[in-house]
Amino acid sequence: MSTATAGGAAAPGPPRPTANRTKKARSMQGTRLWVAALFLLPALALLGALVVYPIGYSVWRSLFDASGNGFVGVDNYHEVFTDDRIRTALKNNVIWVVVAPSVATALGLVFAVLTERVRWGTAFKLVVFMPMAISMLASGIIFRLVYEQNPDRGVANAVWVGIHDTFSPPAPFPGAHPRGDAPLTESHGAFTTRAVVKAGSATALPLVGAKPADMKGAKDAIPARDVAGKVTGTVWRDFTRGGGGTPGKIDQGEEALEGVTVEAVKDGRTVASATSAADGTFTLPGTADGAQLRLPASNFAAPYNGVDWLGPSLVTPAIIGAYIWMWAGFAMVLIAAGLASVPRELLEAARVDGANEWQVFRRVTVPLLAPVLAVVLITLMINVLKIFDLVYIIAPGASLDKANVLALQLYQSSFGTDVNQGVGSAIAVFLLVLVLPVMYVNLRRIRRERRR
Amino acid sequence: MTTLDTAVRARQSLPARIAARLGGGAVRFFLVAVGLFWLTPTVGLLLSSLRDKRDIAASGWWQVFSHPAQLTTDSYSKLFHNDTVMQSLGTTALITVPATVLVILVGALAGYAFAWLDFPGRDWWFMAVVGLLVVPVQVALIPVAKLFNTLGIFESTPGVVLFHTAFGLPFAVFLLRNFFAEIPRELLEAARLDGAGELRLFLRVVLPLGGPAIASLGIFQFLWVWNDMLIALIFADSGHPPVTVALQQQVRQFGDNIDILASGAFLSMAVPLAVFFAFQRQFVSGVMAGAVK
Repeated sequence: MSTATAGGAAAPGPPRPTANRTKKARSMQGTRLWVAALFLLPALALLGALVVYPIGYSVWRSLFDASGNGFVGVDNYHEVFTDDRIRTALKNNVIWVVVAPSVATALGLVFAVLTERVRWGTAFKLVVFMPMAISMLASGIIFRLVYEQNPDRGVANAVWVGIHDTFSPPAPFPGAHPRGDAPLTESHGAFTTRAVVKAGSATALPLVGAKPADMKGAKDAIPARDVAGKVTGTVWRDFTRGGGGTPGKIDQGEEALEGVTVEAVKDGRTVASATSAADGTFTLPGTADGAQLRLPASNFAAPYNGVDWLGPSLVTPAIIGAYIWMWAGFAMVLIAAGLASVPRELLEAARVDGANEWQVFRRVTVPLLAPVLAVVLITLMINVLKIFDLVYIIAPGASLDKANVLALQLYQSSFGTDVNQGVGSAIAVFLLVLVLPVMYVNLRRIRRERRR
Repeated sequence: MTTLDTAVRARQSLPARIAARLGGGAVRFFLVAVGLFWLTPTVGLLLSSLRDKRDIAASGWWQVFSHPAQLTTDSYSKLFHNDTVMQSLGTTALITVPATVLVILVGALAGYAFAWLDFPGRDWWFMAVVGLLVVPVQVALIPVAKLFNTLGIFESTPGVVLFHTAFGLPFAVFLLRNFFAEIPRELLEAARLDGAGELRLFLRVVLPLGGPAIASLGIFQFLWVWNDMLIALIFADSGHPPVTVALQQQVRQFGDNIDILASGAFLSMAVPLAVFFAFQRQFVSGVMAGAVK
């Protein structure tokens, strides 16, 4: 499709010397018909046999059942719109067609406008455009790695968990808990002392089960001092390496649990709270006298594990992300070419009139680029309509049905697991019908150009 | 523009100038951040392909920045001993090169006829060909599979080549006809006065002058065919698949085959990337002339 001819970005061509070229004058005299036929024959034969004939065959085949013998009329089309799996595919295709082209075009526009302002704009464009040169298979493998669930392996979740933990710090000791015979009871993941505490006498809060990785660099625990008018105590790992030691007592070499939140609770209300120091000790004000001490569940919650990118609910947006990574560069390059043909005087005039950069962008640049933007959007929509490889590669088996798209369903229906070539043909014809308006626009534009 | 620019700048107040300076810094920072963001996935694949399978299972590729000792070419030596994948690269070349040459040749012949030969209904034929630009390949999968089956070229390299050639033709004819039509007619008439026939004219004048458009078309088609998976999946010989299909077969056990997948994917990218960097201009003009297929 002649995307750029409408966008002002001209196809490559030598200078146009033929202003007086008319239809009559251009045609060579004396060309015999058979010469022209010979030149055209290979192309027309290939197109006829492998493009035109298949269109007719698909339309005809879509009216027959799976075996190809029984005429079923429009039943296959009916199935396309009622079958649950195909409806998922349809719904996903709508999401794809609405989201992917608009986001890619918006990003391309922003990149194209901003790269004009830096000297290394070309290098930036090269980086963003590069993914267009690689296969969807390779991109798929790349994004399988990016979207790995385990935050230790997948970079998307590593970054996501990093951000999450910055704003909501991870629990210091996930999995730690008291022994059965400790003076603590469990409720909803929090541990509370059975008895109330008294100011002036230190409380022992022994726990076990802290993970070795969380104990790295831990100091030895020391018994808290009794301080008059304050509630004190120690949180530590009640476990002596190599055995021995008395449960509930801070033995030689037992390690402190640093950073554990300790709350004093009276009648279900938190009256004071403190955090254990490097030696495991904590100090609460006198108001905690007579309260129960509680170690809230936030101390022991399992670490945040990130987002299940390729799980059933996010798989389509995740794959759309990979697509945008591949195709935003396409939008950027076309828009940048359009931008190069925007008269600078118009932008400068707007600036001299006192418009700020945003107003120039919004009121001058974007309207002038509207034809290019339309071409980019339509191009991407056609492209997205036929998306197959990325979905097939990125979606893990468990999410494949949730990520289904028409082209994938067509492949499955025609050659894959649930063979019914009648339905496959119906989907193919449906895809063709969806691009017919673009075919019409193309032809009309070419006719207009030739009349000039 | 620059003089006008400075004139405007000079009239700006100090705060406005500071704001402009900061704005420039923000733009630069934003673009650097986006650039790094865009590079990260590819760098991730490259570094993963340079790590041991056990390291990949245990930690992320960014660990090599703190543990450079993890870098190893083991995955690549394993890949080079994997006959399926290595042969598949050869198959891909055997598909891509003929499909590219054929589309140029057949497309140029037709493009020349549409541009310079006179025959009844020429414009209508050309419109018909251009109308086929947006036809999705999906429409042809089932019928062509049946047709190739009858002809005995289903699941064979020639079949894949023919399919790619046919679906590359509308774009090729469109691009080349428009380019050829711009050739000054004096050149063609001079050759004709010298007694050159149409074929001679085509080979000696039109093809050489069409160089830039042919280069764009060739690079575009080359990348398109090299990167294709769908058509190969259906029409290629499953015993000797091209590289996209060979790797796709390993994706089902993603974690288990990650060493072959990462190195193989990177190797399969090497050729398109080399072509891309070597012929950026032609690629861009090919894309701009109409990349919709």
